[in-house]
Formats: sequence, structure tokens, C-alpha cells
Amino acid sequence: MAAITTDHKGHGDGHGDPNVSYLDVKKGIMSWLITLDHKRIGIMYLVSVMTFFVFAGVMALLVRLKLFTPGRTIMDPDTYNRVFTIHGVVMVFLFIIPAIPAALGNFVLPIMLGAKDVAFPRLNLLSYYIYVLGSCFAIFSLVNGAVDTGWTFYTPYSTTTNGAVVAMVMGAFIAGFSSILTGVNFIVTIHKLRAPGLTWSRLPLFLWGIYATSILQVLATPVLAITLLLLMLERVLDIGIFDPHKGGDPVLFQHFFWFYSHPAVYIMILPGMAIVNELIATFTHRKIMGYRAVFISSLALALFSFLVWAHHMFVSGQSEYANMVFSALTFLVAIPSGVKVFNWTGTLYKASIWVASPMLYALAFLFQFCIGGLTGLFLAMLATDVHLHDTYFVVAHFHYVMVGSTVFAFFGGVHFWWPKITGKLYPERTAKTIFWIIFVGYNTVFLPQFVLGSRGMPRRYYDYLPQYQTLHQISTVGSWILAFGGFWMIFMFIQSLRNGKKSPRNPWNSAGYEWGSPTPPPLENFVKQPVFTRGPYDYHLATDAEVAED
Amino acid sequence: MTEATAAAENEHEHAEGEEHHGDHPKWLQHHWDTPAQQFDAAKIGMWAFLGQELLFFSGLFVAYAIYRTWYGDAFAAGSHELSRPLGTINTCVLLFSSLTAALAVRSSQLGKKNETTVLILLTIACAFAFLCIKYMEYHVKFEHGLLPGSFFGTPRDILTFAPIPGATSEHAAALPPHTHAFFSLYFVMTGLHAIHVIIGIGVWIWILRRNLRGDFSRRYFTPVDVTALYWHLVDLVWIYLFPMLYLIDYVGPHKG
Amino acid sequence: MINLLGLVPPAAFDLPPAISAEAPDVDWLYNMIYYVSVFFTVVITALMLYWVRKYRRRPGDKRMETPHYPRLEIAWTVIPIFFVVFLFHWGFKAYMRQAIAAPDALEIRVRGQKWFWTFTYPNGREENNNLYLPVGKQVKFVISSADVLHSFYIPGARTKKDAVPGMYTVMVVTPNQLGDTPVFCAEYCGAPLGYPEPALEGAPHGGHSAMMAMIHVVPQDEFDKFIKEGPKRPEGLNDAQWGQKLYRENACITCHSVDGSKGTGPSWKGLWGSTVELNSALSGGVGSVTFDEKYVHESVLKPTAKVVSGFNPVMPPYNLSDKQIDAIIAYMKTLK
Repeated sequence: MAAITTDHKGHGDGHGDPNVSYLDVKKGIMSWLITLDHKRIGIMYLVSVMTFFVFAGVMALLVRLKLFTPGRTIMDPDTYNRVFTIHGVVMVFLFIIPAIPAALGNFVLPIMLGAKDVAFPRLNLLSYYIYVLGSCFAIFSLVNGAVDTGWTFYTPYSTTTNGAVVAMVMGAFIAGFSSILTGVNFIVTIHKLRAPGLTWSRLPLFLWGIYATSILQVLATPVLAITLLLLMLERVLDIGIFDPHKGGDPVLFQHFFWFYSHPAVYIMILPGMAIVNELIATFTHRKIMGYRAVFISSLALALFSFLVWAHHMFVSGQSEYANMVFSALTFLVAIPSGVKVFNWTGTLYKASIWVASPMLYALAFLFQFCIGGLTGLFLAMLATDVHLHDTYFVVAHFHYVMVGSTVFAFFGGVHFWWPKITGKLYPERTAKTIFWIIFVGYNTVFLPQFVLGSRGMPRRYYDYLPQYQTLHQISTVGSWILAFGGFWMIFMFIQSLRNGKKSPRNPWNSAGYEWGSPTPPPLENFVKQPVFTRGPYDYHLATDAEVAED
Repeated sequence: MTEATAAAENEHEHAEGEEHHGDHPKWLQHHWDTPAQQFDAAKIGMWAFLGQELLFFSGLFVAYAIYRTWYGDAFAAGSHELSRPLGTINTCVLLFSSLTAALAVRSSQLGKKNETTVLILLTIACAFAFLCIKYMEYHVKFEHGLLPGSFFGTPRDILTFAPIPGATSEHAAALPPHTHAFFSLYFVMTGLHAIHVIIGIGVWIWILRRNLRGDFSRRYFTPVDVTALYWHLVDLVWIYLFPMLYLIDYVGPHKG
Repeated sequence: MINLLGLVPPAAFDLPPAISAEAPDVDWLYNMIYYVSVFFTVVITALMLYWVRKYRRRPGDKRMETPHYPRLEIAWTVIPIFFVVFLFHWGFKAYMRQAIAAPDALEIRVRGQKWFWTFTYPNGREENNNLYLPVGKQVKFVISSADVLHSFYIPGARTKKDAVPGMYTVMVVTPNQLGDTPVFCAEYCGAPLGYPEPALEGAPHGGHSAMMAMIHVVPQDEFDKFIKEGPKRPEGLNDAQWGQKLYRENACITCHSVDGSKGTGPSWKGLWGSTVELNSALSGGVGSVTFDEKYVHESVLKPTAKVVSGFNPVMPPYNLSDKQIDAIIAYMKTLK
């Protein structure tokens, strides 16, 4: 073992030299574009997904701005439909699905495992370029008339409408393969590249989350692929599988679509929960309460996610028996979600809590996930769902889970690992101020939308009755606050990159495995092959030196 | 090769051309400790990928099940339009190619380079034979206008896709309604399968080249092994497609 | 039946006024989950804030092992299972009341199309966007679509059902409050070009969002009187004026402008008597046609038979009477 790690000196390119960080090993744009280093690939993902996040966020701002008043203001109905579709498609397929696993996961996963890289570094780079290719198709679609189908591409609307639907669907299809290959890579890495001493029962909860996510990516995404392929064939070759005029079934498309897209929601939320585990453990200086229950609940959520897809279709005309079964199964999701929330809250009891900026995001996650999760009960219950389905209530519920939970966790993760990734610190006071702006802005956008939905405001509406105006206006004002916080955060990180203070090895006093390597890490992550003798959250076993800053 | 590419190559196969230390031969990538670990990883990776492939085809199987139930008579009639002899020959061809693929793995495990070459060539030849027979079948369907969706009923040229002037298809017209749904699924399922065969041919050619270059040995035959795994899956999918499309002509209980 | 605990349903601050006999059960369930949710959110957030403050890190804190409370963990896994089983049961029962109709229910056919609703009464009378229902009588809606997916949503009755082309879906409502209540389309169905007026006066604009109808719940005798009247020219209107009214009610207005501006379909301005270029590939090889009574009649009943060049064959067929088509023609003649 040791022979291998000390063997690589003398290459002249700093390869394997533990004193040179991965950022300094090689310079120049090409050293990034063709790198096989998981850390650099993770950063390329991070930059790409953030670009799409900002772009799709601006689309959301336009949507909210239009909804500030009823009637015709900044855009026509047809344009509005394209704008909200772009927001949805780009956010889902190009931002939130790759955001945590492919960007942060890529960076952190091998380091947490005590490995030098992922199992298949070339495949990893290929996944990134497949993602880029998918993005290119999406961008091609945008400049060629875009699409007005909504991100769900429901037939027969999507097969009959104008616009560059095939290009956009092709983009999502290709991006899906990037997701599949990343999933394959991570599953194998977790199975085969755990350092000595890293047993399954010591596996960091972040990796349990990524592992459950990867299984979903591998098993659910291909169903989306075949669905989108059939949709393209339907449009191009008119094969009639989803066309009622040719004996096809438009509702079958919904079954196919949600068979992927419900697990996809867990592809988005499980990594968010996974990050929160790391944040809470680090900032409470103790193991997550009920470690076993928490990772089992991740796997349970992954399993249940395959069994509940038709709860998106309670009013689609499917049989009442299907509604009954899927409503009952959907309620089961509440159990593992509840277990997680109770354990996270319980971990705080008698802990030693440091409310640093990443921890603020974790605590906000807990609050917002409560709201996002509990409002799921309204939608699991048949009687209330048929009222709330396809209204702003669903929009708000979805955004409380996807933004209030996943994106907040993602922000928390970016703050938490920023020093690890860049070797730089950011100003903690500024970060906390920004957190409060984002927190207030976010809740101002989406809390009123629950009320809008309950009062009967359907989603994807360009115009609305005057009685809904006040709530829409509150929501739109919230979007400005949120956007201000978001842009300030990006500015803060760019400033940190340019003239941030140098980070110590372990700025958060964490006992997590990833902080055991130098910050930023060398090319092969560790100075010498680590051997783990304690769990990642065994703070009572960690030495003072391990949790010290340097 | 640019300098940067060369450097990147070096970065991950650093031991290439240098002396090897004990158990770290040149085909062992730098982040693995042992050959067994690398081999296992490749296998798990391929199995996970095959899981993905199965679910990819599963959507089509579901669509088939639904429309078969709805339009049993159309599916039975459609299945009678397919050539069972050609389908059977193709099944045998693919099964045989799976055998040669499995034997190629064995011979590369034994380090018999020349035997491996012959077996891979046989596998590729079978794949081409399969595609040729499939082309012949497609050709007849195009000529008879047995085409998917709204193209059903118009005879077309298989290469240009233009309607054949003057040709009409009494054949298609005499079939029950919704037979076009059968042919939609027939072309999508066999077409996707054929794409998998073509990709398989590409991968086998690459493996053949590596074999001729002498990359494989008793200790390192992982690429042959995982390619054969993929090839068996392509075979397996056909094993399901053949009876579903060619053999089953059960109309359904309510239709008698 | 659901009011098991004997609780009076609290006043809903965020639900619209209920108009159906089924709605109160839904409201009760809604409020019950609402208060349960508020309770859990408040308890968890309060504990979180309290502990974060009480156990904030101090110098010299020992790093301790997290204690285990197996009984607590089992409790918070098992108790919610019972709770959600009850939730499911209540929700399913209340839902089935709106899914299964009694044999004597009043059957109303609902057809959705871009971007208006057509209602057919049992005696064959058709009406767009305005639906009269008798109070206290169970109504069975049989819903279908002429083009893409729509969803027939009555917020006041707390229920909706998708309109799916090629399918008939069913929804049951028993209106028990006199008065008007809106219907929205809840399944996204696109938008016309530009900013045409909605088919229903006072509705929002923009295709999907403009697809609003109004339900008028009236006493039984008023309803009986209403459905006996056939579709006839309203008193005091001449043919052209009736045509203008039909132009709006049938949502011709969303695609065909009368001022020459471009829309999803050709503008009617100056069209009467002119020769129009057809898309011959879509029109059975016919290259042009005179815009006359014959063509209008055919285009209303079978819109995709002859398609004007530069437009897509997206218009649904209309089931209008000859008198109504004549009125529309009279209106067209005025658009010079």
C-alpha cells in the first residue's frame, strides 16, 4: 500500500506530490477540459450547473414579474408559456439533478472514501461531456423557438404544438445518460474503493444518500429515456403510441413520465438530506441520532419512490382502484421522512452547537422540509388532492421540497466545502447576512402560494382573477428579495476566490473523513493511504488534533 | 497527441513504459490497489449498466402489454405478417454469437490470443448476418406498407422512404384496425435492438484491435469479459422480442 | 361521517366558499391536516431554536457520544403509521363520494377544447361556458376533450377531473348553494397568439388561463324552464348581433381576430367573398377556395377539411345548428 503512494515522485509534473494542491498541479484551460481528476470534474459541473441555475432563475423572475398584475404586461401568453417551460426544464434537467451528486458528490465522494479517484475516471469525464452535449441541444432549442409544453411534456399537447420540442426532448434524453453513467460510477466506487477500515456501518451518511440516489439514477432514468424517445418518434415519425386518434393512450405517457419523474424527485432530495446529515453532525460535534435508522430511511425512500408514481395522476382518469393503491402507498413516504426529521432534531438535544453559516442552511432546511413534507399529506390524501392538484398549492409544495430543502442544502454544502474546494475562506458575517435575506425572500415567495392554491388558483396561468392579486404581489416581491440574496451570494464567492483568506485544513473543526486530507487536497487526495479506525461522526473518539483547525 | 493530452494520459496510466513495482502492472489504473479490485469494479459497473438497459426496454414491454390487451386481434394479425422462418434463423444466429462470445472470454482467460481473434471475428460475423436478415425482413414490410402509425398502408422504398409510385397495399388494408400499433411497436423494439447490435459490433471491433495488439493476457481480460456481458444482454432482449412479436398469436379471451 | 371526533370544522381562511354537499368533508380533512401540520412544524421549529440556543458551543465542551433512545425511535416510526392509515381511509371515503354517481344523477356532458367548455344537457341542449344546475340534485359530469388535455376544476366543489381525448372521465358534484361559482381549466393547454378576448366575459386572458366557465346553481323549476328553451336568437338582437355573441361564446375570438391582426387562425376582417389560398397538401389537393356560405359551413363542422395556407390544422369541429352558422355568417358579412 504505502509503496504505491510514495512511488510516484519524480514525474516532474507534481503528480502524487502531497504538498501540491490539485489546483496547482497543472495550469491552463486544457488541464481542466481534459482532466480525469474527480475534483476538477466536480468543479466543472459546479460552474455549469450554477450557470444554468442563474439563467433559469432569471426566467422565474420574469414569470413572477408577469404575475405581479393580471392582464397583459411584459409578455404575451405564448411567450409566458415558453418562459415557464424553460424555467422548469432547465432547473430540473440541467441544474437540480446534477447539482448535488455530480458537482459536490464528485468532489467529495472519493475523498470521503479515502480513495484516489472514482472507479472510472474516464467515464466520469465522458458523463460531463454528455451533460454538455445535452445542454447544447437544450440551448439549440431555446434559440429556435423554444418549447411551450411545460417541463412535463404531456401528450398530446407536446406532439401537436409548435416549437423546437424535439431538440429540447433530445437534450433531456442525452442529459439523462450523463446521470445514468454518473450513477453507475458512484455505485461501483462506493462498493470497491472504500479505504481500509471503512465498513458499511461507518459509511458517511452523505455517501449513503448518494448511494441511494445512484441506484435511482441507474434504474429510473432509462424509463425516462425510452419515454422521451417514444415522444420524439411520435413527433417525427407519427408512430401513434400516445395519440388517441390512432388508438394510442395519452395517459400512458403520464405513467411512463412519472415512473421516472417521481423517483427523480428523490434523485433531487436525497442528496440534499445527505448533505444536511454532514452539516448537523459537524456543527453539533456528535453522531447523527439513529445513524442506522437514517440510512435505512434513505434506502426506504429510494424504494418507495418507485411505488408511488401515479399519485401525480389522481385526476387523470385512471381507475379508482389505482387511486386507492397509490394514495395508500404515498402515505408510506411520510414514515421515513418523519424518521429523518425526528432524528435530526433529536441530534440537537444536549449537543455542542455552532451556528456557522452552513449550519444556518441546515436549520432552514429542517424548518422548510417540515413544511414541504407535511403539505405532502394534503396531496397524498385523495379527497384533498383532487382539490389541490394542479394548483399553486402543488407549486408551493414542490418548491418547498426542491428549493427550500434541496437548494438550501446545496447552498449549505457549497458553504461547507468551499474551503475544501478552493482553499479559501469567505466572510462569515456576510454569509450569514445573505442567508437571512435568502431565507426571508424564499419564504415570502412560496408561503403565499399555498394559500393561492387552496383558494383555487390553477398553475401555469398567464392571467388570473383580481381576487388572487394581493397574494401574487407578495410572492413577486419575495422573488426580488430572493434574487438579491442569490446574486450577492455568488458575488461573495467570487470575491472569496479572488482575495479570500487562506483556509486552514479543517475550518469547521469537523471529524468528517474528507477533512483529514490537506485543504485543498493534493491530486490523489491524501498524503498517504488513510486507514479509518473510527466512524466519521465518532466525535467522542476523534482526537483533539483531528478536529483542530490545522 | 498534444502535450496536454499526453500528460493526462500519463497522469492516469503513469506506469506505462516504466518498470513496474510488484503487483502494479501497466493495465492497472493508478487508483486501484489490486487487479482483482479493478476487475470486480468493471463487472459491477457493467451489471449496473445492464440493469439500466433492462429498464430502458421495459417501457416498450409495458406498452406492448397494454396494446396487446387492447387490440389482441390486430396484434395476432400483425404477428402473422412476420416471417417466422427468418425470425427463427435470426434467433439461432444470435444464440450462436452468444456462444462464440462466451468462448472468446474463455480463450482470452487462457491467454490464447489467436483463438480469441477467431471467436471475436465469428461473433462479429454473426452480428452482421443478423442485421442482413433483419434488413431483408424490413424490406418486405416496407414494400407491403406494413409501417408504423400514419405510414401504415403506403408501400415505401426502404432506402429513400419515398412512397412507391402506383403501389397500393391490399395487404395492409385487409388487416384489422390498429394493426399499425403493432408495427409501431415492432419497428421501435426491433429498431432499438438493432441499434444495440450495431453498437455491439463497434465495441467488438475495438476489442478485436486490442486483442491483436496483445493487450490481453491470463491476468487481464476484463474488457473481453464485460463486452461479452453486454452482448449476452443484447441476445437476451431478442429472446424476449422473438416470441412476443413473431410467435404469440393469442387473440385474447373476450375475442374467442 | 368523517366528523369522528365530534369536532366542528373550523372556518377555512384559505378555501373558497363551498357550493356542494361533498365539500364540507373535504374541508374538514383539509383543516385537520392543516392543524396537524402547523402543530408539528411549530413543535419541531421551537425545539430546534430552543436547543440551538441552549446548547450552543462553549469553550471546553466535551465531545460526547450521541445517546440512543430505542423506544422513542420505535414510537416515532410506528405511531405515524397508524396515523397515516387513518388519513388514507378518511381521504379515500370522502373521495369516493365524488367519484361514484347514483343511478338517478343528472348527467351533464362536458367537452373541453382550446379554450372553452361545452356543456350538453340530457335533452341535447348545448351551451358554452355557462352551466345551469339545479340546486340539491346530484350531477354526474361525463368529461371528454376535443384536442389536448384539459382539467375540469370547480374550486367551490373541491374537485376536478382531467378531460382526456379519446376517453370519458366521470366526476360527481351535488350543488347545494344557490349562486354562481367559477370553473377553471387546471391542465395546461397552451395559448393562442397575441392577446385575444376570452370566450367568457370577465374571465382572465391567455388560452389555458382564459378557459373559464361559470356555473349558475338555480332552483329546480328555473332549471327545468332553462333546458326546455332551445338555442335561439336572444330577444332584441338581429342575426349579425347574435353572430357576434356566438363569435365570442364559442371562442372563435381566441383565434380569429376581426381587426386584421394575426392570430392562430386567419382574421375574419375583409374575408367574406374573397378568394383564400389553401394549404393544398392538407386540403386534399385543393389550392384555393371562395370564402362563401358553403366554405364557412364546412369549416365550422369539419375544420380540417380545407386549411388556409400559413395556418395549422388545429381548430376543433363545432356542433352548431344551421341557424347559428347563419348568424355567424351574417356577422362575418359586416366585417369589411
